Amino acid sequence: MNSATDQAPLISLRGATVRFGVHTVLHGLDFDVHRGERIALLGANGSGKTTLLRLLHGQLSHAGSRRVLLDGQGREPSQAMLFQRPFLLRLSVWWNLMLALWLAGVPSAQRAPRARLALERVNLSAHAQRPARVLSGGQQQRLALARAWAVRPQLLFLDEPTASLDPSAKRDVEALIAEFAEEGMTVLMSTHNLGQAKRLASRVVYLEAGRLIVDRPTQAFFTERLPEPAAQFLSGERA
Amino acid sequence: MGSFTDSLLLAWEMATRWDPVLWQVVGLSLQVSGTATLIGAMLGLVAGAGLAVVQFPGHRLVVALLNTMLALPSVVVGLVVYLLLSRTGPLGSWGILFTPTAMVVAQSVLVVPVVTALTRQLVADAAQGNGEQLRSLGAGRPAVAALLLVHERWALLTILLTAFGRAVSEVGAVMVVGGNIAGVTRVMTTTIALETSKGDLPLALALGIVLLGVVALINLAIAGLQWLQREQESGRSQPQDTARAAEGGAAS
Repeated sequence: MNSATDQAPLISLRGATVRFGVHTVLHGLDFDVHRGERIALLGANGSGKTTLLRLLHGQLSHAGSRRVLLDGQGREPSQAMLFQRPFLLRLSVWWNLMLALWLAGVPSAQRAPRARLALERVNLSAHAQRPARVLSGGQQQRLALARAWAVRPQLLFLDEPTASLDPSAKRDVEALIAEFAEEGMTVLMSTHNLGQAKRLASRVVYLEAGRLIVDRPTQAFFTERLPEPAAQFLSGERA
Repeated sequence: MGSFTDSLLLAWEMATRWDPVLWQVVGLSLQVSGTATLIGAMLGLVAGAGLAVVQFPGHRLVVALLNTMLALPSVVVGLVVYLLLSRTGPLGSWGILFTPTAMVVAQSVLVVPVVTALTRQLVADAAQGNGEQLRSLGAGRPAVAALLLVHERWALLTILLTAFGRAVSEVGAVMVVGGNIAGVTRVMTTTIALETSKGDLPLALALGIVLLGVVALINLAIAGLQWLQREQESGRSQPQDTARAAEGGAAS
């Protein structure tokens, strides 16, 4: 087991159930996220990966419990989420970052230096004054990563962050995610890309129809025998 | 056909010889309708954006009523405002009946529902899917509404133009509360109505053409702004190589 699991979990779900109207999308999930983990959520379309991310991020109402580890001052761990298609305001790259910092409650004196640093980090400094929505798909995703990174989250949620990117942009975004994880950020990502899960994750979770089927360290997930649905997914028989 | 050509010529002549009476009427029309649109914008943008992001019991009913008010007959609005502002009405002490201020009040009543309903729809559509991302960044409902208004600012211009069009082209409300007093409350639409009733159809038509021309000019200005914005957003034209080189430069 990861040594991180020795600590109290940052987020803990018990019997978490999410319903959209009459449809139950997640069924009574028990799930813990520990500091420093890099978790990949795998599963077919509609298996509940994105819903689980949104639930962990605190964006969904649910049945069951969701406990968050508070720090000494009673604050929740800071979080950010990167969506598959990031929403960027019809403003410049710079103002998209500055507004994200304002929303995160960063003091005004710190906003500009942090925004500059974030742009350097994702290699977009030269595009600061361009309208954000004219950037290429890969650049937009990097800007969204910069926006998330700039608020220094302890927990970073990524919903299929490279799903619609070309191979080069995919590599850039993956490299950034790996760097952020190296810095100690706890990362949870949903993905269809098994190679990405192998490269980036320390733990892999397989979901099917809103149920957690497999939850193992990455090495064990890809080398040990899996339950039938997960084995079929891995062999490409389930998309 | 002949009278239409005559009217066109007359309109051209009136506009180019800088007829002071005509331009006083045009100026008052723009002033009254512009002020009403401004008031409509201030109230309607806030109310519309609020309705788009806040749910409460009876929300659907409020939206249905609001949409119904889009078809509010201007003469009915004029009558209600008249009753409020008349000497025996609850606001009679203001003493503003038959003044341009009363006309602004009446047109504001017409315009606020237009701006509110269209803004609500615009922001609600933008919030679908995107609102969650803004909330994920830490935005509360007021911030989501404000940011989506900024995001949709160019579409809002079209809404404001629609509202201005509604105000400047109505005749019932300003006629009732303004009284069509020459030199005081006479605007383009009430002048057209008056000249038509007097049988001076070429002059009425000429005024109509001037009215259309004024609205067309405003429309063109806004279309120009929107074109500029599209041009700016299609700055995607920056070649990928240049972008990469620029990134490399920034990194070095």
